[in-house]
Amino acid sequence: MKVSNGSWSELLADKVPADLAAEIDVFENEIALKRQDRIDDRVFAETRLRRGVYGQRYDNGHRHDGLQTRELDFPEKLTKGPDTAWDAPGMQRIKIPFGGLNAEQIEVLADLSEEYSDGISHITTRQDVQLHFIHVADTPDLMRRLAAVGITTREACGNSVRNVTACPIAGVCHTQAFDVTPYADAMARFLLGHPDVQDFGRKFKIAFSGCRHEACGLVRLHDMGAIAVTRQVDGKAERGFELYVGGGLGSVPHQAKLLEDFVVPDELLPMAQAISRVYARLGEKKNRAAARIKFLIAKLGVDEFRRLVREERATLAEDPRWTDYMEGAEEFAESPLADGSSASRDGAAHSDNGAADYATWLEDNVYRQRQAGYSTVTVALPLGDITASQMRALADIARRYTRETVRTTVEQNIVIRWVPDGRLAELYGELAAADLAASGAGTIVDITSCPGTDTCKLGIASSRGLAAELRERLLAKSYELDASVRGLRIKVSGCFNSCGQHHVSDIGFYGVSRKRNNITVPHFQVVLGGQWQENAGSYGLAIGAVPSRRIPDAVDTITSRYLADRDGDESFQDFIQRVGKADLKGMLEGLSDVPTYEVDASYYSDWGDPRVFTTGDMGIGECAGEVVAPIDFQLTAAEREAFEAQLHQESGHLEKAARTAYGAMVNAAAALLRYHHGGELPTGSANGSGDHDQVVAAFRTDLYDTELFFDPFAKGKFGAYLLKASSHDSADYDEDGVRQLIEESQLFIEAAHACYARLADEAALV
Amino acid sequence: MSWLQHVNVKVYARTAAPDLTPAIDIFHRWIQSEYGDHLLLDVADYRHVPAGPGVILVAHEAIYGLDEAGHQLGMLYNRRTRVAGEAADAIGLSWREALAACAQLEKEPEFGGELQFDGAVAEVFVNDRRLAPNDEATAERLRAELQPIAEQVLGSGCELRRLGEQRDRIGFLCRGGQELSVADAQSRLSG
Repeated sequence: MKVSNGSWSELLADKVPADLAAEIDVFENEIALKRQDRIDDRVFAETRLRRGVYGQRYDNGHRHDGLQTRELDFPEKLTKGPDTAWDAPGMQRIKIPFGGLNAEQIEVLADLSEEYSDGISHITTRQDVQLHFIHVADTPDLMRRLAAVGITTREACGNSVRNVTACPIAGVCHTQAFDVTPYADAMARFLLGHPDVQDFGRKFKIAFSGCRHEACGLVRLHDMGAIAVTRQVDGKAERGFELYVGGGLGSVPHQAKLLEDFVVPDELLPMAQAISRVYARLGEKKNRAAARIKFLIAKLGVDEFRRLVREERATLAEDPRWTDYMEGAEEFAESPLADGSSASRDGAAHSDNGAADYATWLEDNVYRQRQAGYSTVTVALPLGDITASQMRALADIARRYTRETVRTTVEQNIVIRWVPDGRLAELYGELAAADLAASGAGTIVDITSCPGTDTCKLGIASSRGLAAELRERLLAKSYELDASVRGLRIKVSGCFNSCGQHHVSDIGFYGVSRKRNNITVPHFQVVLGGQWQENAGSYGLAIGAVPSRRIPDAVDTITSRYLADRDGDESFQDFIQRVGKADLKGMLEGLSDVPTYEVDASYYSDWGDPRVFTTGDMGIGECAGEVVAPIDFQLTAAEREAFEAQLHQESGHLEKAARTAYGAMVNAAAALLRYHHGGELPTGSANGSGDHDQVVAAFRTDLYDTELFFDPFAKGKFGAYLLKASSHDSADYDEDGVRQLIEESQLFIEAAHACYARLADEAALV
Repeated sequence: MSWLQHVNVKVYARTAAPDLTPAIDIFHRWIQSEYGDHLLLDVADYRHVPAGPGVILVAHEAIYGLDEAGHQLGMLYNRRTRVAGEAADAIGLSWREALAACAQLEKEPEFGGELQFDGAVAEVFVNDRRLAPNDEATAERLRAELQPIAEQVLGSGCELRRLGEQRDRIGFLCRGGQELSVADAQSRLSG
């Protein structure tokens, strides 16, 4: 931790707004109290989370080094949360409302990344910036330095309103109804620290889009989202918003529902306040797994939720902040620094010699704005990472070419808006000098990834390792790729929680594990056919798990098949739907085999990490074995059933799909019960598939109530899926319900695999 | 306690950047073998970032990195916790740790002798803009502390050149006039 800690307060006294200064002082005092052990661990954990101070992998003080689990013997024996070591490096999340940054802010972020982190600023899939390997004691001064340039980390994590995101080309886009920037900004400011958003059971994410049909702000996957629309009133276009609620990815993705089809701007903030109050009052608080607003809306139905929100809205006391910002909102517009026709000093060099790289960059990374003569340039960042030197170069460029109109994007890139077309070549040269001129923005090489096992405590597999490997391989052949393949998007998550947004990509992956040859092997579930456009209009479904080592082959197989069998200009989504998941699954089957450790040890470690994936039960004798336990077959059969349920759903046989999905869960439970009881189902539950109730009852008593089935982080969430499904009749599900049941059955089976691995580990230790 | 803390030292590599992939295995192995008796925490791979941190080994008290900043490969020792003693102790410790890591890396078989460091060239800078703002007064103060140590390692004819621009962290590029192996630099520093 920094020796200078505390000394920035005085230096920045004139620059930090009083309210932010007071908040940070309070947090610093809370840190001091925690050091005296005068604050409960859980309370302090939520306190720091609401300041964006997040945990990081291994912060429980243990790490497996590939040979053994080691205790990390930190000097301080304090904790900063339950089972969280004080000295363990953490992550600082920094909210950037609508992604907007000016040059000074960029420079400060660069300084902070150098002094407190590892020199890298990481852009997230929600337009935040994250710094890793941060010491908790350093965070108050870090926050002061941000506050001095108008950035707060307040409510960046925890059960609060997270960063308000918006389309990064809002205001310069051709298809927008109007510029949503001032409204997103007002929403972020209004809800920040608002009393009505302090008692949520979980986080709450908000997004704004300027139009319906582009990907834009990805409204459909957010807790609350607003899409700009207009209507004609007395011959004049009136602004308003379609307001959506209850979307979310996570382990069980939900599409947001339309709450109101036209909310006038005066009503936008009070409606958000009313929604917040209903969610705070009626949302689940105890069971974190069911606490997002999507579950409340699924439970109440959107019509009842709408009624409650309108009722709540009518009770709200008038607040001038609802409309104060609107003076000027309609006139809000960024302006360019220079005339669009201003010529480049040395631009001709690039354009005249027809440099292939420049041409490709123009094609991939330059968006011609609705304002003639100006372009928005995407700076494509590998895995969302940018160095401090590059940040400073970017700040210089933002000053020289624009009025510092820079935004982060949910694809982990940065855009520079309002670049005069006549200076594009010159800009390209400056970006290239800073190693920021990579082409391929929005193409198959521009892979999005969450942190995964690199730093995230929940990560199962190395999403960044995989993304880096895929990127390197695809870059090597990007010029050979057919345009239809080059235009696809790949997104990777380290686990089912979907931070990499794999559900809305053409080709998505999320990390899972599988027991193979008696050793746990990193795998990724392949998710195909998600839709990025239409504000994340539809979600892909899992096709099957492939060993991590074979994922590059899986990408080759999928894209080659698409190229070979594509019908004319058929889109990837249409292709996936036409071919059908059964065929696609068959295509991947040849990739699922895992050789023994002795034949190819690489399968047993993850990308970019040479440690064996798990070693608790690993030894020479076991590695040599090729015995496949019955449970491996049984769980595989359950997976197959879950897949068949998808096929039934696709063909419109909803009841059959629901019955099959439920049957898959029951059979996975039965497999675990047999394993747990030495090969036999316990007394009272039969072997046949017709005795589902008895299997569920045995599962409840032997594996659920005992918490043996509980996930270390999600606890009983996945087991509860089976118990819930057992109380429903298959005929009761509508299309959304069936889809959810299928998702839940897949997650239950994943959890069964994980439980099996844990039980096997424990048995080996005994 | 000295005013000078969080001293960073980057010893330049003699060669252009080889493929840094082996560093991932090596650093993980250092964790297994408890290299240097430090509290080693994790490895992070930034090979995908041009002129970036390369591959880093995160310890509690410092971050080691096969760093590529400025397209100059080198072994960077980034001190994060305080160092007891005088300014010279803080500089000396970081320089020693950087050289020790260089010496160990040169021995690792994965690089096959391709990775060699130049004991005669090192960047020394202070990673705290509050303790050491990049101004003339601090530059003179730092130079005064650094010069004797640089001469001890690099010889009396060594050159100290101010690094970067004002918004960068304050520091000097220290360059000796003669060839110097890592082992010899280590020997002189401990002498």
